Amino acid sequence: MERSVIFAGFGGQGLLFAGQALARGALEDGLEVFWIPSYGPEMRGGTASCTVIVGDEPIGSPVVDRFDAAVAMNLPSLEKYGPRVASGGLLIVNASLVEETARRPDIDELHIACTELAGEAGDDKLVSVVALGALVGRLDWVTADAMEAALREIVGKKRSAALAADLAAFEVGLAVGRGERLEVAAASR
Amino acid sequence: MTVMHGTSERRAGARRARVLMKGNEAIAEAAIQAGCDAYFGYPITPQAELLEWMARRMPELGRTFVQAESELAAINMALGAGATGARVMVSSSSPGISLMAEGMSYMAGSEIPVVLVNVMRGGPGLGSIQPSQSDYFQAVKGHGHGDYRTPVLAPASISEAVDLVAHAFELAERYRTPVFILADGTLGQAMEPVELRFRTPERRANDWALTGADGRPPRVVKSLDLLPENLERHNLALQAKFQEIARREVRWAGQQLEDAEFAIVAYGTAARVARTAVARGRSRGIKVGLFRPITLWPFPERELARLAARLRGILVVELSAGQMVEDVRLAVEGRCPVAFHGRMGGMIPTPDEVVEVLRSFQARVGRRARRKALLPLPAESKVEPPSGNGHGAVDRAGWAPVEPVEPSEPVLAGGHRRRLREVAR
Repeated sequence: MERSVIFAGFGGQGLLFAGQALARGALEDGLEVFWIPSYGPEMRGGTASCTVIVGDEPIGSPVVDRFDAAVAMNLPSLEKYGPRVASGGLLIVNASLVEETARRPDIDELHIACTELAGEAGDDKLVSVVALGALVGRLDWVTADAMEAALREIVGKKRSAALAADLAAFEVGLAVGRGERLEVAAASR
Repeated sequence: MTVMHGTSERRAGARRARVLMKGNEAIAEAAIQAGCDAYFGYPITPQAELLEWMARRMPELGRTFVQAESELAAINMALGAGATGARVMVSSSSPGISLMAEGMSYMAGSEIPVVLVNVMRGGPGLGSIQPSQSDYFQAVKGHGHGDYRTPVLAPASISEAVDLVAHAFELAERYRTPVFILADGTLGQAMEPVELRFRTPERRANDWALTGADGRPPRVVKSLDLLPENLERHNLALQAKFQEIARREVRWAGQQLEDAEFAIVAYGTAARVARTAVARGRSRGIKVGLFRPITLWPFPERELARLAARLRGILVVELSAGQMVEDVRLAVEGRCPVAFHGRMGGMIPTPDEVVEVLRSFQARVGRRARRKALLPLPAESKVEPPSGNGHGAVDRAGWAPVEPVEPSEPVLAGGHRRRLREVAR
């Protein structure tokens, strides 16, 4: 069974990093995974996205018709990928930048104030890590253990302070995804 | 940090020794582990990480890395290094490969083993930097001038690319020929788990290479021969070599072909889309399988012909306007209808799109074709047996590469074949 997610937003929001962390987490869990970035003349402030496909068997198609989940960190991403979430799927929207909704009663739509929550965790730049935590908390694709190990592997080698911030941001997101922080998440608007 | 209990136990023990690698980087590292002595290149998207990896790793190992002033220079440096018997790799993407075409013809003519990687992007011209398969003609039918063929290997996953890099060096040295690895932007840019089972092919005695004539007669490696009699003899010897490669080195992989009424024929990234489309088509009641050429030259024509005799139809899917489809039609020789679906310019068809095309194709042939008797299925080729250095071969769902199949009959006309036999004597 393959499951796909797209992380989309502005370049510089850490979306490719969040996708890589998820891919690494899937690897830690012994799953098959495929990570593909949008590549090209991307730059800070431009658009950036990556797709992650997780499965039990080697991954087939690198392109998907409908995403099982989407993380939209800005309005253009919500407009582009909101309609492409499969019915019954999950849409995470960065409520710090986006007030609009996808108007999709058939999906689980989670609006999270990523900037504020990242700031609460210690570094308000880690918006995509908060969203990643929420995704992992909401869906049982990859274990939180594996994600922690993945973050340690990717970030820890270089900077321990950055690792602590990433782990804190991830944990805040995780709590939101699991519905433990309802005051900041308005589900299924 | 909060720990989620339960699920991790479920997956405990599932861990294997795998790393997440980008396709470009995995190809580069596979070449290094295969014993690549020298690499020459010039940066171009979407293969840049391959060159970057080489730039960092090759000097660390005391090997040769040169970022040349142009693709033209890179390919001719590779020609020179290859003439000394060194294990050489060159990589680029579509427009850069075009610039290298002259050098490839010279390498084929002077029989210099070099591995060339093309991480294809959209064309023609500068085109785009997004994935494409529009260089099939170029790779398979001849990049440069003259009567020559080049083995072309088309990986569909990063793991398979790692295997095929080592195999490419083996082929290059066994037959003294340039060998192509034809990948595309998706494979180059994506990351997938790679099992660390790199392979170092054994070195062969290079009794032809330019290693210094101290204590032995000098050797000559060149493609120029102004005497037509001599050049014809050289060409006949080359053709005999190409026939041997065509007989022995065909590779392909199949999926769900046993009871298939339809087959999708696709390679590389298109084959991955097709693989998902096959699963979806099956779940919607279409008896469809996948035939995936791994060697684009030699093309698995005999195997496909045998398969076609059992089928109601073949759908070819490519990221091009239709290039491999010509070889499919040549192989099928009208045994069943052949349809085509392709996207261009960096676009990739989705699995549902392919299933839709398949459904309308099915409806079309259903009106005029009846079910054919089940003829024996051609034997799928498998991976070469693991060599002695402990690196096993993969054999996982759908992506299993391959062992050489039974010799196919040469396809030359009688007189030409007779001359070949004379040359062989």
